[in-house]
Amino acid sequence: MSAARGNRAGRMAVNAAAYAVTVFLLLPTLIIAPMSVGPERLLSFPPKGFSMRWYAEYFQDAEWVRATLFSAEAGVISAVCATVIGTMLSLALVRGRLPGKGLVELLVIGPVIVPHIALAVAMFLVFEQLRLTGTLLGFAMAHTVLALPFVVFTVLAALYRFDAELERAALSCGAGGFRVFRYVTLPLIAPGLVSAALFAFVISFDEAVVSFFISDLDRKTLPRKMFEDIDYNISPTLAAVATMLTLLTIAALLLGYALKRGMERRARAAARQGVEP
Amino acid sequence: MSRRPPRFLLGGRNYSPAASLLLAAPFLLLIAVVFLLPLATLLHESLFVPAPTVEHYARAFGEPVYLRVMLRTLRVAVLVTVAALILAWPLAWVMSRSRGLGLALLAAAVLLPLWTSVLVRTYAWMVLLQRNGVLNQLLQEAGVIDAPMRLLYTEGAVVLAMAHVLLPFMVLPIYSALKGIPEDYVRAAQMLGASAWGSFREVIWPLALPGVTSGCLMVFLLALGFFVTPALIGGPQQMMIATLVSQQVREMLDWPFAGALVGILLIFVLALTLVFKRAVRLDRFVGSA
Repeated sequence: MSAARGNRAGRMAVNAAAYAVTVFLLLPTLIIAPMSVGPERLLSFPPKGFSMRWYAEYFQDAEWVRATLFSAEAGVISAVCATVIGTMLSLALVRGRLPGKGLVELLVIGPVIVPHIALAVAMFLVFEQLRLTGTLLGFAMAHTVLALPFVVFTVLAALYRFDAELERAALSCGAGGFRVFRYVTLPLIAPGLVSAALFAFVISFDEAVVSFFISDLDRKTLPRKMFEDIDYNISPTLAAVATMLTLLTIAALLLGYALKRGMERRARAAARQGVEP
Repeated sequence: MSRRPPRFLLGGRNYSPAASLLLAAPFLLLIAVVFLLPLATLLHESLFVPAPTVEHYARAFGEPVYLRVMLRTLRVAVLVTVAALILAWPLAWVMSRSRGLGLALLAAAVLLPLWTSVLVRTYAWMVLLQRNGVLNQLLQEAGVIDAPMRLLYTEGAVVLAMAHVLLPFMVLPIYSALKGIPEDYVRAAQMLGASAWGSFREVIWPLALPGVTSGCLMVFLLALGFFVTPALIGGPQQMMIATLVSQQVREMLDWPFAGALVGILLIFVLALTLVFKRAVRLDRFVGSA
């Protein structure tokens, strides 16, 4: 009996610790939101009133808006490139016979295990010589490389999730490799591709280290602009930007979750009824 | 406890070697130009400029200033890993024993910070920790302290903020290892007379070890090369290797030395990765919970 009671006390302690850690994880980010609507230049918690002036300041500042649009552009281009290139590679890894597969797999995780500072400085060195610093092409290339590992792993997971027999069935019915991809594989992994693109966009949009080095004075990304502002003057505009970015992340996560659910439903349905030609 | 489907499911060999290579070509090209070439150029700089030499590497270890930075980097990375492990364990455990809405909420609490910009989270810590920041305000109003404390630009602040930023990378691998342990195992151990501690040590910990290794490795690797948080929270006083590299490039324009520092970092990271190759798995971070 006493052991059971001891267990229950232990369980409650572990639960309490877990919820405390949850609060620790969320609180610092979430506490910024109420502070961002305070009217005073000195951020305080709780805020002394309500005002949207820091949000207005962000939207009226040409430099903030320009940095945001530049980041959005770089994000969309990187997302599209990383998804296309990453999907092609995933197909080769799972459904093909790729020579030197082990080495390729090591290269896939390369941009994750190599510290971003190392990559950032190295890219800065080469991009300066190629005049790619501060260009959309430079950012698109750098961010595509950084997003690729996450895209490949997402697409691999999507490919593993459905039954490869479906493809083999289509093959044995005489469909060619491309037709099988177009009519069987692609519809099944489509939600996975969208969520891979979403990951890639978020990675590019939030990427701070490489952006810090390959930006120049008039073409910089949003994280680079934030970095400068944090370093030189902690203005309340930053709190407004941080809050909007957090909201954007929540939206992206909800979308990703919906896509994952859709993908699971699709895989189940396909397995149940086979795939219509 | 790998959840990979059995081999025969992956064996649908639809593409010939030539077609496979064609599919991989854009990736290989991009990685060669934007990943391998820049790193090789930088390392070349560190070894062959002005002439073939290891002088830049010797300098990193020879001068006490730089040695101190490297030791601080190692110490902070170890502290962050330990702190993250202690914080992650209870959360991962409760997640692994939750279902439905409870699990969804806990998972959201891990995934939201994971996908929130590192800059946003670092900025939040600066707002909390600065001299007239939230923590000092609250402590003063509560009468705990008379004058604001200096919290920012201390090693403690760097460890705290980095542990916070990297925590999801510890929670998710441990969670996926713990999830794979059937509850019957624990119950069986207890029915056979094991104490709570005994069943933890003999059953849970060994089965969770791959997840723990993976989480510790990810957090340690990321912490070693972390730039944003140490640069902003630690400032020049708490310089770590990434901030030193940045300073050498941006202020001293000493590319060979920056290259040598990157070389040291890379050797360390690559060695760890090769030793624990199986532990590096990104699927846990993209697949959500």
